[in-house]
Amino acid sequence: MPSPATRRDVLILGAGAAGSILLTRPSAATPEQMREAILELTNGAPIRPGKVHIDVPPLVENGNSVPITVSVDSPMTADAHVTLIALFNEKNPQPNVGTFRMGPRSGKARVATRIRLATSQQLTAIARLNDGSFWSDKVDVIVTIAACTEDS
Amino acid sequence: MGRALINVPATAKAGDIIEIKALVAHVMETGYRHEVDGKPIPRDIINHFTCAYNGVVVFEADFYPAIAANPFLSFTTIATETGVLTFIWTDDKAEKQVETARITIT
Repeated sequence: MPSPATRRDVLILGAGAAGSILLTRPSAATPEQMREAILELTNGAPIRPGKVHIDVPPLVENGNSVPITVSVDSPMTADAHVTLIALFNEKNPQPNVGTFRMGPRSGKARVATRIRLATSQQLTAIARLNDGSFWSDKVDVIVTIAACTEDS
Repeated sequence: MGRALINVPATAKAGDIIEIKALVAHVMETGYRHEVDGKPIPRDIINHFTCAYNGVVVFEADFYPAIAANPFLSFTTIATETGVLTFIWTDDKAEKQVETARITIT
C-alpha cells in the first residue's frame, strides 16, 4: 500500500520542478553580448552619439509588437549618405533585432518596423555612413507584457 | 508564406521621395518558445527582405527573431523611372515570396 506523500517528498518534488523550470528557460542576452554584437558591426571603430533618432513609445503595453522608427540626419547624396542602420537590444534572447541597408537612392535615411521586447530594457540604433563613421542613439523602453519567451 | 500587403504610390514625379510599406503574414517563430509538454518549437522566421526598383536593389533588411510576427517595414526610395518594384522575402527554409508593384512616373 503506498504511503501518503510526506511533507518532505512534496518539498523535494517542488524543488525538482522549480529546478527544471529554471533549466528550460531560454537564456537572455546581456548588455555584454550586445556590446559584442555591436563590435562585430563596427570592427572596433569609434561610435559617436548623435545624428540617429529612435522613435519608440517609452511605455509599451504589449512587447509582442512594438512600433519603432529609426531615422538619421543625412542629406542622402552620393557623397554623404547612410549605408546601414542596425538595431540592437540588451535583454531579449539575442542582441540583434534587425539590420537595414540603404543608399543615396533612398532619399531619406529612415526605416520603420515592429519589434518584440522580452522585458524593459535599453535599445541601441547604430548608423554607418559612407565615410565609414558610426553614429548611435539609445533609448529606454518599459514593457508591461513581455514577448518572445512565454510558452504557447 | 502568407498574404502580402504592399503600399506603393501608383504615380509619382521623377525625383519624388516615395514611402513604401510592405507587410507579409508570417508567424516569425522565435525558436525560444516551448510546447506545453516542454518540446521546443523550432525557429521559423523570415530572415531577409529585398526591394528592387527595375532590377536594382534599393533597400535590404536582415531580420532576427526580435522582429514581430507579420513583419512590417516602411522605408523610402526616390522615384526615378516608370517600372516595377520587386519585393522578396526569404525564410529560414530558403523559401521565397515574391511580390511586385508598378509605379508610373508622370
